[in-house]
Amino acid sequence: MTAEAPLMEAPLVEARGLHTWFELRQWGFLRVGAVRAVDDVSFTLARGEAVAFVGESGCGKSSLVRTLLGLHRPTAGEVRCEGRDLASLGGAELKAWRARVGYVQQDPFGALPPFLDVRRILAEPLKVHGVGDRAERERRIRAALEEVRLTPVEEFLGKFPHMLSGGQQQRVVIARALILEPALVIADEPVSMLDASVRVEILELLRGIQRQRGLTLAFVTHDLATVRHYAERILVLYAGKVVESAPVEALLDAPEHPYTRALLGVLSDPDAANATRQREVPPGEPPSLITPPSGCRFHPRCARAIAGRCEVEAPPEIATAPARRVACWLFDEPAPPAP
Amino acid sequence: MIAWRSGRWRELARYPSAIAGVAIILVLVGVALAAPLAVPYGEALERWRGGERWQYHPVNAAPVWVDRLRGGRAPTTRVIASRDVEAEVHPFPGGRRLTLPLTFDYAFDDFPSELNLFLTAEGHARPPFVRLLWQTPDGREIPLGGHRLGERERISISQDRALAQRLGGLAPHIGLFAAEKAEGEAGAPSLQTGRYGLVLEAVLFDAEAPLEAELVVYGRVHGIAGTDHQRRALSLALLWGTPVALAFGLIAAVGTTLTTLVIAAVGVWYRGWVDAVIQRLTEVNMILPVLPILVMVGTLYSTSIWLMLGVVVLLGIFSAGIKTYRAMLLPIREAPYIEAARAYGASNLRIVMRYMLPRILPVLVPSFVTLIPTFVFLEASLAVLGLGDPELPTWGKVLNDAQSQSALYNGYVYWVVSPALLLMLTGLGFAMLGFALDRVFNPRLRSL
Amino acid sequence: MATTTTGVAAGEALLRVEALALHYRTRQGAVRAVDGLTFDVKRGEALVVLGESGCGKSSLARALMRLHPRNLAHHGGRVWLGETLISELSDERFRREVQWSRLALVMQASMNALNPVVKVGEQVAEPLRELKRWPRRRALERAAEVFQRVGLPLDFMARYPFELSGGMRQRAVLAMALVAEPELVILDEPTSALDVLTQAAIMNVLKEIKRDQGTSFILITHDVATSSELADRVALMYAGELVETCSAERFFTAPAHPYSRMLMESVPRLHERRRPRAIAGQPPSLLDPPGGCRFAARCPARFARCAESPPAFVPETADGAGAGVEPGGEPGVGGEVSSEVRESRHRVRCWLHATGREETP
Repeated sequence: MTAEAPLMEAPLVEARGLHTWFELRQWGFLRVGAVRAVDDVSFTLARGEAVAFVGESGCGKSSLVRTLLGLHRPTAGEVRCEGRDLASLGGAELKAWRARVGYVQQDPFGALPPFLDVRRILAEPLKVHGVGDRAERERRIRAALEEVRLTPVEEFLGKFPHMLSGGQQQRVVIARALILEPALVIADEPVSMLDASVRVEILELLRGIQRQRGLTLAFVTHDLATVRHYAERILVLYAGKVVESAPVEALLDAPEHPYTRALLGVLSDPDAANATRQREVPPGEPPSLITPPSGCRFHPRCARAIAGRCEVEAPPEIATAPARRVACWLFDEPAPPAP
Repeated sequence: MIAWRSGRWRELARYPSAIAGVAIILVLVGVALAAPLAVPYGEALERWRGGERWQYHPVNAAPVWVDRLRGGRAPTTRVIASRDVEAEVHPFPGGRRLTLPLTFDYAFDDFPSELNLFLTAEGHARPPFVRLLWQTPDGREIPLGGHRLGERERISISQDRALAQRLGGLAPHIGLFAAEKAEGEAGAPSLQTGRYGLVLEAVLFDAEAPLEAELVVYGRVHGIAGTDHQRRALSLALLWGTPVALAFGLIAAVGTTLTTLVIAAVGVWYRGWVDAVIQRLTEVNMILPVLPILVMVGTLYSTSIWLMLGVVVLLGIFSAGIKTYRAMLLPIREAPYIEAARAYGASNLRIVMRYMLPRILPVLVPSFVTLIPTFVFLEASLAVLGLGDPELPTWGKVLNDAQSQSALYNGYVYWVVSPALLLMLTGLGFAMLGFALDRVFNPRLRSL
Repeated sequence: MATTTTGVAAGEALLRVEALALHYRTRQGAVRAVDGLTFDVKRGEALVVLGESGCGKSSLARALMRLHPRNLAHHGGRVWLGETLISELSDERFRREVQWSRLALVMQASMNALNPVVKVGEQVAEPLRELKRWPRRRALERAAEVFQRVGLPLDFMARYPFELSGGMRQRAVLAMALVAEPELVILDEPTSALDVLTQAAIMNVLKEIKRDQGTSFILITHDVATSSELADRVALMYAGELVETCSAERFFTAPAHPYSRMLMESVPRLHERRRPRAIAGQPPSLLDPPGGCRFAARCPARFARCAESPPAFVPETADGAGAGVEPGGEPGVGGEVSSEVRESRHRVRCWLHATGREETP
């Protein structure tokens, strides 16, 4: 990171007009359509910031993550990583980029090979990238375990994943993501499979490491309630598109897009009164990504849809405040309407 | 994997069948290791070729212990050699006369199976002459005629038709050992026990040159495994059959399992046309019948066991196993830890060999163990069909001989039972271990 | 008191469970998944059983429904449903008279347990035809009613499960549980695999059914926020035991057990700036649970007495009731206890709330 002084201000990752479609073919060649998992998404991840990608299952957030990791090739658009287009990277350069990205998955048990012990699991990325000799690797493995607070380290080095609790497994996954000293960590639903009491621990750990190392954290979640303390910005995804992006506090306190409002409307803090309160749920279900609705993808479920406009033309991203954008025709006026 | 293993072994020890299976396998492996130590490979082949070295063995003798267990006292083979007895020598000008009393005690329940006399007279200018006299315990003396000797002479007393006629139609090895019958007494000859003797009166036309004589009274039982129609001790074949069978089974199982596994994993990982080609090859191969192909190779080319092994492994590569492994590997391909490995940049080869294969290896161990005896049986089947290795003593070969000699029809049950029993024991041992392993490795099968 | 129901005989205990136990046999020894639970559910009431994974909450559902695994080691305790002592019924009678018809279960991920080759409508009608021997038409008519109740369009009756989304399938499973009009429905993590909006929609349906039909619910979940969507009362499980049972108001505002408090503090809140706090440590193994209080190892308020296993206390600060040890942990019995205590249904398994101890740190 030393020779990059002039690039300091440039974003670490910049996605422009990103499309990741999966072709559907019949008999292996006849194209019958495409799953538009990521459909014209643009965003930037600045160095050292934590960004939450929020959306329901099937909104394309996992495909977006995999595109960032270089596991899927974008169909159109580009992802610029440290100024270079991910798609243009050759084998060795792509491998080098992968060392710059740590990946934390949803299911900690599945994310660890069950037949390797913790030491070997952590040694794998180092071996793949030919880092250090045996002693150097051992030193880094121990340092990583200490960083995720699996101490005493000796106790964990020889353990197999099934001997660890869910929280400990997720710590090993995080240690593996950090061991190559990445610039970006992508965490895909890192706590959704953990118990409530452990979730906070893991989120705190991730956030702490992110701040301490000054790395960029892309944190994918479906649960808006967990976002407040663990990210600076939120991007809300719906049916393959970003519908709203804003700083965390601003979005949680005053959501703009009708979808974000609906999401926040059904979430609540634990309260006995919830039991007698009927929630306002937009009718219908998230649309198919193969045949998405015309215009705004949320319009069939939106109570405030403007007839003749929302179903015709997809809304552009409209800046409503500094660092705040919303893709909704309601904000097209010079003065946004009262909520 | 090491930490896994110790736990698994402890788990395995809970199954008595597994322990019995391991015990059987250990015994077989012990025998297999002992075989080359007891009889080196080359010597084993040499001996199995048959010939003179077996001439002191009876034909088609049952194992000793079978008879003894049933409380019998069937005769074993005895060799009475001239060097062990005191010879009377009467020199005469130009030679000497020799009287060799080859005496022995006969105390068995049954007549011997054959009677042969081997004479060696080397270095004589003129062939010596010998006259034989049979002495029975009750004092009768039966002349067996005279012979002029070559350097090596084998006098088959049992084959002497004239003698048989003199003995009232009884084969000499029976007639000579039968008690004298009263006039007009009918029925089977009865055995007389006691001290018998064969007195050789030899005339040698040489003062020095030796005359060696060996009287072989062939028994009806021999050794721990008996003998076959060529007098060969079956123990040799049964002993050496063990390493051959285990080696064939093990190499074939390892060869087919590993190659099949790697190919299946490669197909699953790369998908697309690689997978398609592998699938089609497998499907074609699946309808090719293995045994007929082996029979063809054996008939038209060579029946060497190593060639057969090669063909078995070759045909096993694209076997139905690929389909099974593919089904097991497909979900593993999508496992998050594989995705994680891709994300940190692991190469395709590393992913296949280090992340996919180890995952299903434990599941394969049981099926691998149960696969070993199927190849052992395959080798035996080939041998029974007459396509066994022509040189190697194997269990299948013994069975093949037994079959061609109509062993069961002739009542040589041991000839069939002992190799069959060894084959079954092998199958049983591996199967018991394999099924127990299956329960250990596939917890869904466990009964609690 | 927590019953907030309409019409139907509120206040009367529908389900009474006494010292319910369910132990499994494993190679390592017996797992005490459910270890002496005592609680009750009134008519029209929803009890939420909260607990972390592995605390035995799913085993509780199985124990009540008698869905025993093969490695069952011990099943004990007494269960009354209304006036019937259902734990004493033979398996056959239980199946015929209680399962589905009086006591229904929606299992975790049961939306994936629908038969893929039978139309959804037929599957929902199946319990009626099987248990009540209703003719097909009548059963299907009733199924159609339930379809409307749970918010499924009627034309979905003729569809196959794979044609439905996850949320719709979950509604179908719910319809199947409700079709025989059971008095009590046990929901084991009914929405944990679903999206936030779908989850809210299904909770809406449950609330309506509870309000309109007076059905009682036991909702088993690990998600505190979801639990508040239905709960009249909350029972918190920890390591096979109930550590606290109280009204929802009490639980979500001022729970009595240290574990309950720490759990509430660990929940991230949408509208509060306070950072959630994690609970250090891990729950003990159910194979060999520690003697004494099972939470002691993680409890900041532990003291010498925690080495002994605490009984269930009625805390002094309980819902308007006085303090006192409850004999045998059985609700509503014990002559020497004051009537106020008998009224209170708040139970805490913690020495901090023993009689005579007044401090609550």
